[in-house]
Amino acid sequence: MKCIKPILLSATLLLGGLASPSLVMADDKPSIVEQGKDIAFKRAKGNCLACHLIIGGESPGNIGPPLVGMKLRFPDKAVLRAQIEDATVKNPYSMMPPFGKHGILSAAEIDKLIEFLYTL
Amino acid sequence: MKIYRLLGLAALALPLSLQANPEAERKVFQDYYIKKFSSVDYQDFGNGAYALDEVARANWEAIEEFPPYEIVLEDGQQLFETPFKNGKTYADCFPNGGIGIKQNYPYFDAASAQVRTLEQDINACREKNAEKPYKWKKGKLAAIGAYMAYTSRGNKINVMIPDDPKALAAYEAGKKFFYSKRGQLNFACADCHIGSSGSRIRSEVLSTALGQVSHFPVYRAKWGEMGTLHRRYAGCNKQVRAKPFKPQSEQYRNLEYFHTYMSNGIEINGPGARK
Ligand code: HEC
Ligand code: HEC
Repeated sequence: MKCIKPILLSATLLLGGLASPSLVMADDKPSIVEQGKDIAFKRAKGNCLACHLIIGGESPGNIGPPLVGMKLRFPDKAVLRAQIEDATVKNPYSMMPPFGKHGILSAAEIDKLIEFLYTL
Repeated sequence: MKIYRLLGLAALALPLSLQANPEAERKVFQDYYIKKFSSVDYQDFGNGAYALDEVARANWEAIEEFPPYEIVLEDGQQLFETPFKNGKTYADCFPNGGIGIKQNYPYFDAASAQVRTLEQDINACREKNAEKPYKWKKGKLAAIGAYMAYTSRGNKINVMIPDDPKALAAYEAGKKFFYSKRGQLNFACADCHIGSSGSRIRSEVLSTALGQVSHFPVYRAKWGEMGTLHRRYAGCNKQVRAKPFKPQSEQYRNLEYFHTYMSNGIEINGPGARK
């Protein structure tokens, strides 16, 4: 799987590039924050929108609290990371999936996700 | 959260020798929803998410004007009434000729020490009369089930747990299933349909577990056809990335036993139409 992903990703970028010729291929690699946003929004990835309101995301759920003011509320990145890696440590009944512990997202993906969350 | 302590965790932690009290548990279970959704009429819980979401309800009521399951219902009645090759009919296999009996399913069968479902009894009737059994999740079995549910509309769900340790064990197994987290995404049925009932997961309002079984089988737009309760169980297992069990497996039958017992008192209103 690990080897296939970058290929798929570049294929998507290529198709995206073809569909919108105004984009310059060389500058097309999304920033870390954009990648993090993708991870947060995509159903097959974090799908954080299933439960959290996130500004800019469509049809959010309301099971968890809105993800706003993240940098202010989570000055310590490690605390934010712990919530994402395994929410059941803090709240054993948590409904939030243990993204790190269950390998739903990789450590690198969580890094990017946190960069995105910090912009909220 | 309270319900977890009362029903889930406490029950799991209790030594087996301490007998569960299903009737007391059912009361706690139902009262939780009655309090949480104090403006919902008790019988309206049988309408699932539509009892909780006005917009979705309006769409659904419009759909119910020309129910998408109507043709299946007619097929189901015809299948039900057409004699087998040996001249016998389904009516010969069931109490009251099979009419108005859905509310008594599933039941605990002392002879086999297993929970038995309506689907199983329909197929058993076929085999007894030298006919081939139908597939479990959809098609003719679901059509006959739909007709039998239809003749039972308005009858209150009345699942019995006889005074038999094996029946109680089946109930307990179903309860445990309902409260256990599973799958890569780590959800229990209870997470979505108790704790978060009435909340939105993306744009979908989560129904209360109370009354969920009353309208099965359902015609789902997503399926484009009628499907059984166990087909829906499998769907809810898959969406948390858990491996689903087989329809009519012991696990799902026990789950159905607990799940339906919890809705005792809600009227059968099947078949239903869902998204
Ligand atoms: C199925 C529901 C669900 C999903 C999906 C989900 N969460 Fe949560 N989240 C919750 C709930 C419920 C809480 C409340 C605290 C708890 O129970 O853990 C929460 C709390 C949080 C918090 C703490 C917020 C605060 O104000 O204290 C953060 C941060 C968070 N989630 C981030 C995320 C991110 C990032 C994702 C996606 C990668 C995500 N969540 C996916 C349900 C979810
Ligand atoms: C991640 C969330 C989630 C989990 C976990 C989950 N479900 Fe569901 N379930 C849904 C959603 C969303 C729907 C469609 C909306 C609704 O009717 O609640 C649904 C619908 C249903 C329905 C159909 C309701 C109707 O009115 O037709 C049944 C029955 C059901 N779930 C049972 C279960 C059972 C049993 C489990 C555990 C094995 C379970 N669900 C686990 C999200 C979930």
